[in-house]
Amino acid sequence: MSKIAIIGGGIAGMEAAIRLSALNFEVHLIEKSFILGGHVKNWHMLFPDLSSATQLVEQQKNQLRDSVNILLGIEVIRASYTNNKYTLYFSDGSSNTFDAIILTTGFKLFPAQRKEEYGYSIYSNVITSAELEEYFQTDKPLYTKEHRIAERIAFIHCVGSRDDKVGNRYCSKVCCVTAVKQAMETARRNPGAEIYLFYMDLRMFDRQFEDLYFQAQTQYGIRFIRGRLSEVSEKPDSRLFLKFEDTLLGKPLRLTTDMLVLMVGMEPAENTGQLARLFNVPVGNDKFLLPKNLHQYRNLTNQPGIFLAGCVSGPKTIGETLTDARSAALEVYNYLNRN
Amino acid sequence: MPDFGFSIQSSQPIDLDKTYRAVYNFVKEKEPSIQRCIYCGACGATCTAANFSQMSLRKVNLLLLRGQIAEVRQLVEHCLLCGKCMLVCPRNVNTRKMILLIHQALKMPLS
Ligand code: SF4
Ligand code: SF4
Ligand code: SF4
Repeated sequence: MSKIAIIGGGIAGMEAAIRLSALNFEVHLIEKSFILGGHVKNWHMLFPDLSSATQLVEQQKNQLRDSVNILLGIEVIRASYTNNKYTLYFSDGSSNTFDAIILTTGFKLFPAQRKEEYGYSIYSNVITSAELEEYFQTDKPLYTKEHRIAERIAFIHCVGSRDDKVGNRYCSKVCCVTAVKQAMETARRNPGAEIYLFYMDLRMFDRQFEDLYFQAQTQYGIRFIRGRLSEVSEKPDSRLFLKFEDTLLGKPLRLTTDMLVLMVGMEPAENTGQLARLFNVPVGNDKFLLPKNLHQYRNLTNQPGIFLAGCVSGPKTIGETLTDARSAALEVYNYLNRN
Repeated sequence: MPDFGFSIQSSQPIDLDKTYRAVYNFVKEKEPSIQRCIYCGACGATCTAANFSQMSLRKVNLLLLRGQIAEVRQLVEHCLLCGKCMLVCPRNVNTRKMILLIHQALKMPLS
């Protein structure tokens, strides 16, 4: 029986494992942390249908058959390739030989400290979208660090994305619609609060995203302003003073808010470069791994037996990630049945 | 004072902390479709009055939101209520009603 290693136990890795074990392959799912579910297990609700993130992850875990060998707290440190097989050497000293490998190591969130002028980890009321999403797990309204109800909140798009100053020219794809979703949720929890979204472009590309935007405008009165934040300063009462240009009017804007939410983008996961060297897979100028091509071979690499799924090859929505993982599973199946 | 052939314009930052939204809110109450505007500018591109003025409903809507009432007044007085903007608006904003309500709020006579 052919043996497959899936490196990365987020939703992409789990989905591929579910599909391949259903095809009766011997699947080893390798995750460096001690829990499955990657980033998604920390989210509250998923756009655009506001379904539960926890439920999705739990459903996947339930579908992982007993036949999937789950290895937690383990990393790949070395790899060798002979006779169409890869031998992987793990951090616990063990090793094993596989016929195919899927890389599903995903992304890491942009560290907002690197955009210093936005004041994250300097001013107490500047938070990231990921922190807000985790906070939504409680059912409380949004409070400032001084325990005042937040009455004015600004969301800042493209933090760590589309920004040569931090070395990331690409769009992270999911943060626009996440901002709209989070703004609506904030409006539900803090009725009467003034909520601003500052964007460069609103990328509502997928099904029902535009509906969410429409609802945010008409039902929640969210204020969309086109312009990029230049810098933040803190007032003596620890509120935040923001400077923008209203690029549609061509006029400078000033605004004081209680809280600032930074929509942090995606960067390749910490070990992406190491995996690229280990398996000799090229990276793009965005430092995500490159598939064989961007059209019909999105799951293949230029190396035999090495496949990609999910955000390891660039930012994706959850729907796209799951589809990508299923498609990778089929590519692995075809590869193992090639003769 | 000698004429240098140019004048200095102040940059006039808009302070959103002090924005006067009463006119916007008046219009929004009676014609909620104003909230749907996505500032695409189709209205201004087709506007009859734009042939002889700076009229653009996109600008009017933004200026209302930012409380720039003097400029709103200057723009809307050119409107002919022809309704061409309504035909092109992708978000179905009831533009003519919007203009009428602005006239009402600002107590402007209809020309
Ligand atoms: S999805 Fe939106 S917020 Fe995110 S990087 Fe792209 S344009 Fe910016
Ligand atoms: S109704 Fe007024 S704003 Fe609209 S196209 Fe005619 S003149 Fe322009
Ligand atoms: S055409 Fe409609 S949506 Fe576009 S700017 Fe004018 S009013 Fe707004």
